Amino acid sequence: MNISVVSLLLYLILGPFAGGLLAGIDRKITARMQGRKGPSVLQPFYDLYKLFNKQSVVVNDLQDFLVAGFLVFIIFTGCLFFSGGDLLLVFFALTLAGIFFVMSACSASSPYGSMASQRELMQMMAYEPMVLLVAIGFYIVTGSFAVKDIIHFSNIPAVAYMPGIYLGFLWVLVIKFRKSPFDLSTTHHAHQEMVKGLTTELSGNILALVEVSHWYENVFLLGVVGLFFATSDWWSAIVVIVTVAISYFLEILVDNVFPRVKWDFMLKSTWIVTLVAGVINLMVISLIKLR
Amino acid sequence: MQVAAFLICFPFIAAVVLALMKKHGKPRKYVVFGSSALIVAAMLYFVIGLLSSGKAVEYLENTHTIDLIMLIGEIFLMCLVVFLSFRHKKYYAALLSVVQTGLIAWLDLSGADETEKFHIYADKLTVVMCLIIGIVGTMICVYAVGYMKDYHSHHTEFKDRRSFFFAMLFVFLGAMFGLVLSSNLTWIYFFWEITSVCSFLLIGYNQSEQAINNSFKALWMNLLGGLGFALAIAYCSLVLHVSNLEELVTAKLAAGAVLIPVILLAFAGLTKSAQMPFSGWLLGAMVAPTPTSALLHSATMVKAGVYLLIRLAPAMCGNAAGFMVTTVGGFTFFVASLLAISQSDGKKVLAYSTISNLGLIAACAGIGMHEAVWAAMLLMMFHAVSKSMLFLSVGAVENRTGSRNIEDMHGLIVRLPGLAFIMIIGIAGMFLAPFGMLISKWAALKAFIDSNNILLVVFLVFGSASTLFYWTKWLGKLIAVPHQSGHLTNTTKVSQWFALITHAVIMIALVITFPLVSHSLVEPFLADMFHNTVPDIISTGNINIMLMMLCLIVILPVAARILTFGKKDTRVLSYMSGANAGDDRSFVDSFGNKKDLYLANWYMEDYFGENKLLKPSLILSSAAIVIVMVIAIGGAIG
Repeated sequence: MNISVVSLLLYLILGPFAGGLLAGIDRKITARMQGRKGPSVLQPFYDLYKLFNKQSVVVNDLQDFLVAGFLVFIIFTGCLFFSGGDLLLVFFALTLAGIFFVMSACSASSPYGSMASQRELMQMMAYEPMVLLVAIGFYIVTGSFAVKDIIHFSNIPAVAYMPGIYLGFLWVLVIKFRKSPFDLSTTHHAHQEMVKGLTTELSGNILALVEVSHWYENVFLLGVVGLFFATSDWWSAIVVIVTVAISYFLEILVDNVFPRVKWDFMLKSTWIVTLVAGVINLMVISLIKLR
Repeated sequence: MQVAAFLICFPFIAAVVLALMKKHGKPRKYVVFGSSALIVAAMLYFVIGLLSSGKAVEYLENTHTIDLIMLIGEIFLMCLVVFLSFRHKKYYAALLSVVQTGLIAWLDLSGADETEKFHIYADKLTVVMCLIIGIVGTMICVYAVGYMKDYHSHHTEFKDRRSFFFAMLFVFLGAMFGLVLSSNLTWIYFFWEITSVCSFLLIGYNQSEQAINNSFKALWMNLLGGLGFALAIAYCSLVLHVSNLEELVTAKLAAGAVLIPVILLAFAGLTKSAQMPFSGWLLGAMVAPTPTSALLHSATMVKAGVYLLIRLAPAMCGNAAGFMVTTVGGFTFFVASLLAISQSDGKKVLAYSTISNLGLIAACAGIGMHEAVWAAMLLMMFHAVSKSMLFLSVGAVENRTGSRNIEDMHGLIVRLPGLAFIMIIGIAGMFLAPFGMLISKWAALKAFIDSNNILLVVFLVFGSASTLFYWTKWLGKLIAVPHQSGHLTNTTKVSQWFALITHAVIMIALVITFPLVSHSLVEPFLADMFHNTVPDIISTGNINIMLMMLCLIVILPVAARILTFGKKDTRVLSYMSGANAGDDRSFVDSFGNKKDLYLANWYMEDYFGENKLLKPSLILSSAAIVIVMVIAIGGAIG
């Protein structure tokens, strides 16, 4: 069987398990940082099971459809990525999924959902330029948007050419992983000034689907981190796993160190980081290419 | 070629008939419907003929009569402008008009512009333009029949000048056909001036003080562009001895010599397509009834500007003209999309979005490479259909609910589901994958990177992010489902529905068949323009992926059913910390009183407001245009 089909299937089947496990490990590490013992690593799966068995309480019928859209397009995004597809299309599909999620909050027509939907949109507006620059950076360095070509480009990892873009991407991953200081619209911490933000009006089975989508999404995002370190050599797999683990640990550390900020600080700082780290890096690599 | 002549002349005849029909009622309606049907039929006949025969080029032996008619027409337009600007004490407009008409008349009469070149030129780009003008344009006329009736019953304070209004709509269509079918620069200029004056008359339709001020704003800006056009013609005929657009673009002349007319024409293109600093006229145009805005924003006027820029594309590749157009276009794309965030008036958001998208199209044309021009053409098509659809649906909502404010569209999907769905398709068409605009944006991005234009890349990625913000928050308003909100009876007229649904069908058809459109229309045009075979811009694999996304959206309701299978929903009110006052439209405040709930979007005036961003960006863009033009023209002459 074709390698891209295999990795697609692996993602489709193992994605949620990896994502759930990641969430479990995340909670464990966070707890240790805070001096707690923390729940079992499998706790996210227990939570999910419980959510599926809860009574489903909804405010309207449209939400089912919109959350399903979120899940389906997140899975589509990940599948496209792991099957070696076009990176720009991958990010466009991710945006579409994100919009379905925002819409599910808007459709509730409720104060908390509505507030959070605007904040979520603000977050999307903040991270979108950097995310696009990642795809552009890979294109300039490797001459292709296709993930499968990017991996086979050379035996020097792409991060060697685009350290700035990598740092910028780590910055926006804080937003994407919904980590403090940028967890404005919804958070996994207990302290949130807007109840549960985007998912306030979701419950039971539908909330479980949102959880599954997040797991799929997180695995996909770490896949993009891995792409910075992947080369055509076999041992690069080990490098990728190690660097992805370190990157994720950094995100957890940031989550526990910094308090939540206001939206304007998030927008400004993220756009400045995008301009400084991303665009300057882009200029440098396009100059190298011209030579 | 008789068909081409018919396409240009017939709308003018229809306009005269409509202008003479002073009585309201059935006869006018049938004349509008009949003429629209005739135009569509003739246009389709022409397009099919052209597609089967390839390119059509016509040299007309004896054009003295036609030239004379045009000269008389131009002088008539000048007199009209002079008369109106003296009446309203806006003398600068008269001055601009007199100078350029005088210049053209002198050239015409002195015979300096006589060369043996073809007058009519029709290729695949003409086909695309004819389709846009013929279908979208006539649909707007059909829509206007129902709309204007409602408009005057809502706005009794304005004088009912409907016969004039419909006449102007058709004059506009005729002028647009003339513009895209001609190749002789003087002819294009003639139609160009008609569209300028016509839009001026349409914007000032309701004769309120604001309308008159805004119409003069549109007039002077477009006349300034027209002056650039006239100067370009003068330079072409006196120095280069060229009287033909095709010849100018493909000319094997010294690069420096062509640069002057090209940059002047590009300047005219920028004013007409409402790029910064000339964005003001298009924003002002929204005081006019909705069909005017729809026509100006989608099928005509601004498309004339980008049409000219696309025609000039090969001549702008890599020179100062290209630099000016890409920089101003890219900048406009970014700034206009930021400004759109701070607007809550539906029509104003649409106006900023038009300016923003046209900026992108202009930037693509300015790059002048085949993939950029490909993106520009597809953007133009998708933009025409979805923008017209959005304007028409906003107009219909305004006539029904009395407001076009986006905040008042909260829960539209419950109140007016039909119009809300049309609007959702239109908005999705403007920025979402896998709809067309996004695909073209993707191609544009690729072209910007390939041409090593980092500044444009930056404008594009930041502009896309803000585009996402303002469209999605509008979408969120439409899709909200407040409890116990009633269904409003829909009073939208049959003619309006016909236009709206046709738009929606065309939009969806375009999304599905765009690879076909690209293959049969855009790629042959590019191959012709760049004199080589054009490599595939989107690989088959990626087209399949986009079609898969489309299928996913279609089967999404089924997927939602499967994912929530066996689920028994309990309906509750939305969460308000337990303070709901019986429903989710009000809550109990700290005094124990019932208070109505109001949910608003974010507009962030302090960051993206017009008073914050508009002035600096106008200054920056003006400076860019002036500096580039001075350096380029000075360099070419000296």
